[in-house]
Amino acid sequence: MAVFPWHSRNRNYKAEFASCRLEAVPLEFGDYHPLKPITKFSSQVTESKTKKVNRKGSTSSTSSSSSSSVVDPLSSVLDGTDPLSMFAATADPAALAAAMDSSRRKRDRDDNSVVGSDFEPWTNKRGEILARYTTTEKLSINLFMGSEKGKAGTATLAMSEKVRTRLEELDDFEEGSQKELLNLTQQDYVNRIEELNQSLKDAWASDQKVKALKIVIQCSKLLSDTSVIQFYPSKFVLITDILDTFGKLVYERIFSMCVDSRSVLPDHFSPENANDTAKETCLNWFFKIASIRELIPRFYVEASILKCNKFLSKTGISECLPRLTCMIRGIGDPLVSVYARAYLCRVGMEVAPHLKETLNKNFFDFLLTFKQIHGDTVQNQLVVQGVELPSYLPLYPPAMDWIFQCISYHAPEALLTEMMERCKKLGNNALLLNSVMSAFRAEFIATRSMDFIGMIKECDESGFPKHLLFRSLGLNLALADPPESDRLQILNEAWKVITKLKNPQDYINCAEVWVEYTCKHFTKREVNTVLADVIKHMTPDRAFEDSYPQLQLIIKKVIAHFHDFSVLFSVEKFLPFLDMFQKESVRVEVCKCIMDAFIKHQQEPTKDPVILNALLHVCKTMHDSVNALTLEDEKRMLSYLINGFIKMVSFGRDFEQQLSFYVESRSMFCNLEPVLVQLIHSVNRLAMETRKVMKGNHSRKTAAFVRACVAYCFITIPSLAGIFTRLNLYLHSGQVALANQCLSQADAFFKAAISLVPEVPKMINIDGKMRPSESFLLEFLCNFFSTLLIVPDHPEHGVLFLVRELLNVIQDYTWEDNSDEKIRIYTCVLHLLSAMSQETYLYHIDKVDSNDSLYGGDSKFLAENNKLCETVMAQILEHLKTLAKDEVKTLEYIKKQSKQPDMTHLTELALRLPLQTRT
Amino acid sequence: MGTALDIKIKRANKVYHAGEVLSGVVVISSKDSVQHQGVSLTMEGTVNLQLSAKSVGVFEAFYNSVKPIQIINSTIEMVKPGKFPSGKTEIPFEFPLHLKGNKVLYETYHGVFVNIQKGKFTPSPVDFTITPETLQNVKERALLPKFLLRGHLNSTNCVITQPLTGELVVESSEAAIRSVELQLVRVETCGCAEGYARDATEIQNIQIADGDVCRGLSVPIYMVFPRLFTCPTLETTNFKVEFEVNIVVLLHPDHLITENFPLKLCRI
Repeated sequence: MAVFPWHSRNRNYKAEFASCRLEAVPLEFGDYHPLKPITKFSSQVTESKTKKVNRKGSTSSTSSSSSSSVVDPLSSVLDGTDPLSMFAATADPAALAAAMDSSRRKRDRDDNSVVGSDFEPWTNKRGEILARYTTTEKLSINLFMGSEKGKAGTATLAMSEKVRTRLEELDDFEEGSQKELLNLTQQDYVNRIEELNQSLKDAWASDQKVKALKIVIQCSKLLSDTSVIQFYPSKFVLITDILDTFGKLVYERIFSMCVDSRSVLPDHFSPENANDTAKETCLNWFFKIASIRELIPRFYVEASILKCNKFLSKTGISECLPRLTCMIRGIGDPLVSVYARAYLCRVGMEVAPHLKETLNKNFFDFLLTFKQIHGDTVQNQLVVQGVELPSYLPLYPPAMDWIFQCISYHAPEALLTEMMERCKKLGNNALLLNSVMSAFRAEFIATRSMDFIGMIKECDESGFPKHLLFRSLGLNLALADPPESDRLQILNEAWKVITKLKNPQDYINCAEVWVEYTCKHFTKREVNTVLADVIKHMTPDRAFEDSYPQLQLIIKKVIAHFHDFSVLFSVEKFLPFLDMFQKESVRVEVCKCIMDAFIKHQQEPTKDPVILNALLHVCKTMHDSVNALTLEDEKRMLSYLINGFIKMVSFGRDFEQQLSFYVESRSMFCNLEPVLVQLIHSVNRLAMETRKVMKGNHSRKTAAFVRACVAYCFITIPSLAGIFTRLNLYLHSGQVALANQCLSQADAFFKAAISLVPEVPKMINIDGKMRPSESFLLEFLCNFFSTLLIVPDHPEHGVLFLVRELLNVIQDYTWEDNSDEKIRIYTCVLHLLSAMSQETYLYHIDKVDSNDSLYGGDSKFLAENNKLCETVMAQILEHLKTLAKDEVKTLEYIKKQSKQPDMTHLTELALRLPLQTRT
Repeated sequence: MGTALDIKIKRANKVYHAGEVLSGVVVISSKDSVQHQGVSLTMEGTVNLQLSAKSVGVFEAFYNSVKPIQIINSTIEMVKPGKFPSGKTEIPFEFPLHLKGNKVLYETYHGVFVNIQKGKFTPSPVDFTITPETLQNVKERALLPKFLLRGHLNSTNCVITQPLTGELVVESSEAAIRSVELQLVRVETCGCAEGYARDATEIQNIQIADGDVCRGLSVPIYMVFPRLFTCPTLETTNFKVEFEVNIVVLLHPDHLITENFPLKLCRI
């Protein structure tokens, strides 16, 4: 193989740099600049621009468009209304609650014809109810799709009628529509109801309107069944979903009848706009429903299509609502009737929110029938079902809260006061009181907190559990502030009751709510007392094990109010409180919360020993939870949090302390690779920091310290698993060592890196996918070469020993067949070697003599260098030979290149190449 | 593919009065053109007496002697023989509603024709009280639980298009209430020299209270008269159609109390 003597071209970097630089053109103020229209925001500039356009004689419309084009399209995305941030805002329950809270404050009292967004919709309540009212008992669904069976009341009927109804029933049986489903679990029940909802839609879609109506009637009939009473609220939710579907279908159908006369009906149409067919269909529905035999289905189905009254007359809805309200009086069971009222209020609020009278009437009717709850009929039923009063009464709040909420929405203070007075007058008003507190404006409640505490105290203990009342009050106080003067007394009075609660579950549910109030208005002393009390209650019999969610909430609330972590950790009971989280997964969750808050709120780096101790403990807990089964995401999350903490620790000028902190951290967090990486970077940064302080001139002491830092990195890197992480860190640490004049250490790093290269596998795992590693290796090596340029040779080793070693490694590395990577690397090596043969190198490190000054352009060195080049060149040519197929192309490329003015040296090569291939 | 034929009447509610004009269209839709022998439209109205299941055997002879009576009959020729083009053809028509001879036309249950009865409407409210003592047909009065129901109907003279309204208050009741229902009954009487047949039919039953309702709180009485099964109260020489409403109260465990109110329905 022929050898090509190599001569590096001499470069004058300074002159080249000067010639490459773009010429700077001075710009007068007001001259055109392409970036100006985007960056200028001042109105003055906008104005001048539009003026300019006007002068060109364009119309005002173009001028306005040109001025609007001044707005940067990207900035408009950033004003917070983009869909993602809006979505995020609604998805976050805490943010939602905050938004609702604020909107509750600025209520618009004038507009009450439309329900505003400040009205908490039913959909929010739905899930809550379904989650809360569950049962393990067996349920049954009984559906008669046929006409009503004659009950006792039909005894006087004529025979013929009986025969007729029988026959009708038989017809219906043929439809296979009578079903009695027994022994359903709750989930089965929910599924069945969902099926019914679907079959309703199907029946409607296939034009079987009568079947659809039958389904709805049978479903609403289920609401008169109060067996398995603890499930009733959930049943209500499920079945009213079907009713809503039905109401919507009927309304849309009739609406569509009005539409086909080529003009679309507006949303707020008047009955005159509806055509006769639509009216007649509508009327038919109402007649059909009016003939439903049973009260409860008749009520629900009519209520569900209340909106359709809009087609018939303007006053239809306002006449229907009071009638339906009165109709509920016929429902004997108080629970069934209160839910019927809730449904009517719900429909009423949706269709005609301005008709407040009905809402109030429902409320007062409810008060009139309130005594029934304690009547014999209900009591007997409870005995039969084996349900105690304290678990029966909590079935009422969802419906009551809803009714109260509807009434109190935009209601004048006077009405609320009146309602409160009416409630007060009734005996055992705990249930009412609770709903008043859950539904009325928080401000209203908060200003009367002391009254409410008084009323709660007077309540009869046997009925509605008192702790629920205190919980409700606490929820209000979390949203609105009571008068300044009452605050401490409120806390004392409330806590006096709370602390006496025997059942840990009751206690924690209540305490959890009141922690918010305490944190909001009081200092760490009170918070400490409260936390101590919680610990006292929850420790016996390991009661905390059943209450982790509440305890977590308490921690979250405390953290949310104490942004200053030195204050937070000086709350004595805070850490003992954390000790209650003994289940590891929960403990880690809590730790994450704390760290999250710390990263978010800690502005300044800290060296406060209290914070450091506590947070190191917290981080250690997180770290220790990592095991072989921990998911990657979880590890990443934990690492992120711990890194956040490490970055916020600073001992200022006390660098040694800082280093020993890093040493300690390393021993603590050895299982999380990203943390170790962060520590290495931190230590490197510390070394550079030191250099900066010493302005590059290390003293004996700082030199020793910097070497300690370097040593830290050197022994930490091998413990990492990621091959490229290690390579890059070796390189990076080597650069730092070099910058700090630790030459032999730097050599060690580079040698380590070189010896690591053969270990680079063919494929590496990136985000769960296997990818070829060559491109990464190429990238790293190029980077490495740039550094090698300035690394001075060791006097005891040969010339360019690092480069040689690296070349050997590259040579031996098993490259992918037919890949060009190796050659690409070799060309980079050529670059490097050419750069090395220059008289003065392109760049240097301060206070480090590179080979240019070491050898001073010694011819021996240059010869050595050229020899290396020739070897590399031979390798390249070898490769080109294997590319025989593409030889012509290669040749042409080289020829083309050689024609460029500064590439004349390639001409010779171009001439020789064909010869070469021919031999 | 066959040919579809549909008669569409102009008024959505399909109610016409004597002397008015019944108008609409005949819609013929077909894929291909159709040959036809002409289209004529016949309107016919008859009265037919039907045998009630209850009276079978008793008055058979009497009923069988009555043949369906035709009260209206008219035919118009719409189209002469020819061909309908493919697609949809609409042929409008009009019928004047004139009575045959000098027969009187009564409103039917199905509401096809209405003889406008210029009946005067005067509200006639009724108050009532029901206690064990007010009841008739009681086997053992002593076994009845004590109760007191009060209430009123706003009027027993009712306009057929307006609901029956009133109030019912359970002032007291020893036994729990199971249900309160309104039962609308139609009483038809047919007679001639040989005798008469009386037939009571429940045409609607509406529950107004379900379960043990609150004492002392008024429960509304409200019933819409069904369009297909009611007509104004009618009394002629040969037959009568009357209506009654029963308030039926069911008590635990198995007591049934009924209070009957005759109604007079009219149309204004």
